[in-house]
Amino acid sequence: MSEAIEMTIDGVAVTAAPGQTILQAADAAGIYIPRLCAHPELTPFGACRVCTVKVNGRPQAACTTPATKGMVIENDTAELLEHRRSLIEMLFVEGNHFCMFCERSGNCELQALAYRFGIDAPRHAYQFPERSLDGSHPDVFIDRNRCVLCARCVRASAELDHKHVFDFVGRGSHKRIWVDAKERLSDTPLAVGDRAVGACPVGAILRKRTGYATPIGKRAYDRQPIGSEIEAARAAAPTAKGS
Amino acid sequence: MPKTRTAAAPRKGAAPRKTAAGPKAAAAPAPAPQTAPAKPRVATCSLAGCFGCHMSILDIDERILQLIELVEFDKSPIDDLKRFTQRCAIGLVEGGCCNAENVHVLQDFRKNCDILISVGECAICGGIPAMRNTIPLRECLEEAYIAGPTVHNPSNRIPDDPEIPRLLNRVYPCHEIVKMDYYLQGCPPPADAIWAALTALLTNRPIQLPYELLKYD
Repeated sequence: MSEAIEMTIDGVAVTAAPGQTILQAADAAGIYIPRLCAHPELTPFGACRVCTVKVNGRPQAACTTPATKGMVIENDTAELLEHRRSLIEMLFVEGNHFCMFCERSGNCELQALAYRFGIDAPRHAYQFPERSLDGSHPDVFIDRNRCVLCARCVRASAELDHKHVFDFVGRGSHKRIWVDAKERLSDTPLAVGDRAVGACPVGAILRKRTGYATPIGKRAYDRQPIGSEIEAARAAAPTAKGS
Repeated sequence: MPKTRTAAAPRKGAAPRKTAAGPKAAAAPAPAPQTAPAKPRVATCSLAGCFGCHMSILDIDERILQLIELVEFDKSPIDDLKRFTQRCAIGLVEGGCCNAENVHVLQDFRKNCDILISVGECAICGGIPAMRNTIPLRECLEEAYIAGPTVHNPSNRIPDDPEIPRLLNRVYPCHEIVKMDYYLQGCPPPADAIWAALTALLTNRPIQLPYELLKYD
């Protein structure tokens, strides 16, 4: 039961611990699988599908699929990169992502993925949906224009803060993040230090009065693509396992 | 991805403009196996933009002397030429399309340029002007000319002079109006990105921007 699980990712032998997902095993092995909704401290959710890999030829979300013995996983292939790129482009056109004035720009995981994939312009038409804001809370605001429905705030609030401030309402293209209160964010027990606030990968839930603190050039993804830190771990410990 | 540049047509005697900083022995090595007597022509325009991208073009600093060695500017706010004088190799388009005139100018650029580049966020996604896209046009105009808290407009009319270009229902990215060949992201795109793209195209190399130069802000 507790023995190591042998599998391969793009032909590289990877050993997973029992209970690990494909994504966790890949991270531990220094192989970056792009992801957006996955968060190391939160229950896997499988919302964004950016981490889709092929397991024995079938597409699966790496964040929700447990690693099992003998899996043959494809990750860095032209086909999967194209799928992921397309997903990221769709996320951009489905919302109103005005990077040029967003406080999160430079530290945004969606933007960082687009940089990593070298997206110069989405191939789909922009939808410019009408989305609402909630500035009622004294220290935190919600800007649904930027929301990518990753459910990190939902999970972080329930699992880490034990408050359940956020949840989804609506279906399909009407799905949006909402607060578990009568009406507004200020009606919830959300505190500015809650993990749910920091869990947002984009600029949809942000602390007020903290924007633009880091100068351009020093932000998280100004110089290094997202995932570099995971890949650096592999480069630092070369040929340790497998071969 | 490398595009072939069908270089500019043989020069007619016309071509006015360009006084300052004429041919000058550029100190830095000119990066080009430049051939024909006729330099490729470059046109630029600002549609629904703020001219920030044009500022970024000028921000290539002294490399503008090299650029002038490489190209001839045609219709552009930089030399104030209002009409195309000849077919152009490259058109740089700043801003998206918010009114009928923008569409007309953009189509004119498509007709007269071999390669069109969307320069900056507004050309690529509509940018700041596109923030009105979620608000009905009538509401925007009423807020601006009638109901806004600081509006002084005794006539109580929304300007409707036929000289004023008609606004579109929303702001459109350039590639939703005509085919665009390349995109330079940024608000504005870094001068280095503009320089890299122009010199690549002028020397028949593919545009390859390093990671640091692909930025959306």
